[in-house]
Amino acid sequence: MRLTQGTFSFLPDLTDAQIAAQVAYCIRNGWAVNIEYTDDPHPRNTYWEMWGLPMFDLKDPAGVLYELGECRKVHGGRAYIRLSAFDATHTWESLRLSFLTDRPAEEPGFALERTEVAGRGIRYTTRAYAANQPTGSRYQG
Amino acid sequence: MNVASPPRGRYDAGVMKYKEMGYFDLDYQPKQTDILACFRVTPQEGVDPEEAAAAVAGESSTATWTVVWTDRLTAADMYRAKCYRIDPVPGAPGSWFAYIAYDLDLFEPGSIVNLSASIIGNVFGFKPLKALRLEDMRLPVAYVKTFDGPATGIVVERERLDKFGRPLLGATVKPKLGLSGRNYGRVVYEALKGGLDFTKDDENINSQPFMHWRDRFLYCMEAVNRAQAMTGEVKGTYLNVSAGTMEDMYERAEFAKQLGSTIIMIDLVIGYTAIQSMSKWARRNDMILHLHRAGHSTYTRQKSHGVSFRVIAKWMRLAGVDHIHAGTVVGKLEGDPATTAGYYDICREPYNREQLEHGLFFEQDWAGLRRMMPVASGGIHAGQMHQLLTLLGEDVVLQFGGGTIGHPMGIAAGAIANRVALECMVLARNEGRDIMAEGPDILAAAARHCTPLAQALEVWKDVTFDYASTDTPDFVSTVSVS
Repeated sequence: MRLTQGTFSFLPDLTDAQIAAQVAYCIRNGWAVNIEYTDDPHPRNTYWEMWGLPMFDLKDPAGVLYELGECRKVHGGRAYIRLSAFDATHTWESLRLSFLTDRPAEEPGFALERTEVAGRGIRYTTRAYAANQPTGSRYQG
Repeated sequence: MNVASPPRGRYDAGVMKYKEMGYFDLDYQPKQTDILACFRVTPQEGVDPEEAAAAVAGESSTATWTVVWTDRLTAADMYRAKCYRIDPVPGAPGSWFAYIAYDLDLFEPGSIVNLSASIIGNVFGFKPLKALRLEDMRLPVAYVKTFDGPATGIVVERERLDKFGRPLLGATVKPKLGLSGRNYGRVVYEALKGGLDFTKDDENINSQPFMHWRDRFLYCMEAVNRAQAMTGEVKGTYLNVSAGTMEDMYERAEFAKQLGSTIIMIDLVIGYTAIQSMSKWARRNDMILHLHRAGHSTYTRQKSHGVSFRVIAKWMRLAGVDHIHAGTVVGKLEGDPATTAGYYDICREPYNREQLEHGLFFEQDWAGLRRMMPVASGGIHAGQMHQLLTLLGEDVVLQFGGGTIGHPMGIAAGAIANRVALECMVLARNEGRDIMAEGPDILAAAARHCTPLAQALEVWKDVTFDYASTDTPDFVSTVSVS
């Protein structure tokens, strides 16, 4: 399967030039760009691991691309990596953009578990196949 | 022989002009805490426009047709609404914009029903008026703060869904009547798996012989959960809980919650009090609340009489819905671009400045009330993506019903086409490209790696809805001196 979280998952994977153009857009808007990675792609896994702190005062997309390269050296092919842009404007104070830059080599997807309850009710649990393994050994690079 | 009658006192029994009863005062300076309204007044032949405007102020506040001595038991002057400004409507002889101020104490805190019973109550049937329209209102911060506002709001909705930086995509299940629960869920599954974020019940899907509500909810949630597992994305379907009584609506909403739905839906025709009740329920239960504006065109569409949708949008932001249908401009339903821009600003901005060219007669401070997500639905398709993104921005739900389900290769293919069209357009916009000019080229380039998009562009390439709008702003642009 192909995980379709993030703003651009239905397009072919972005090139570094395309990523840099999106980062430039974020910087023009005054947003802080943040790199995160995870080996637990559950749709409600909110807190991915942060690769350093959000880059609040960056002037040049090259800084993000450099850090992304460093993150890829460690996690590339064995985790999902995403870039997020944070807007601190009053009454927003949240993300403005969030897209995947890297995926693991294999994406085994999710199982849907059903528990039958009273009447015809069903309780649903979504479980990533990869999450059956301990963290660190979920995806082979 | 005539005997001169003695001068008449303000409280002598009998009938008196509204203008002379204290409902018209061009020297009145509205207070920060006053509720302000702008009406378009069309008096009957021979009726003085100032008297007509005073009558509107009177009949929407304390007046009755004759003098009553019991006024003197009250601080009557304060309770009287006052017409403080009257202007001829540009380009519409015989109509006037009347600006009326109401003291805050005329209204119950936190009650749309009380506000509307005064402002659009008896006065709309008043015989000396040929027609009357409530154009806009200014709600003072002191009054805004008595309402809860949207239960979720745009920012928190995006955080819950984990979807940022692009419009959300939805589709209304079609045909809207006649599908069984099992078949209905199939449409939901295909559309969500294909790439939409939401599907939607239509306004008149409640609990009919062909599909009872529990059956719909169960099959829809099976579809939502299956689609989530197939994509790894949060998905939702607006389960319409509108029903004949509040008890039925609460029962349906509770069942939706029990099944794990992120969102429920109500229709405008359930009434203002029911909407406020469901908003409080949504707040207690972490539920996004979608409002379908069923019925509004009966009174919003004609410029001469009724209530502008911008007023309804303001009331709904106070009442506390999270989604509201607010027009598409390019689709099949009424929507002048400038007027629609005004509605979108009311939904999404923390503060609206006066903007006559968008139909906003007053500034409006929303005092921290959350933002409503506007929904664009009705006759839109992937080939218009550059126009939709330019005109409506990114904080909007684009609902492609026919534009998803009518795809020649099936519902999932329709959903893929819409999602690819959307993502390629956002990518290009962020890169700084002029998407209004380059839109068709950007779509064509994306279609080269996406057959469903190529098919969608081919099928709907000639579909446009180009008709004159009936509801447009009437204003004269003034040249400012710098």
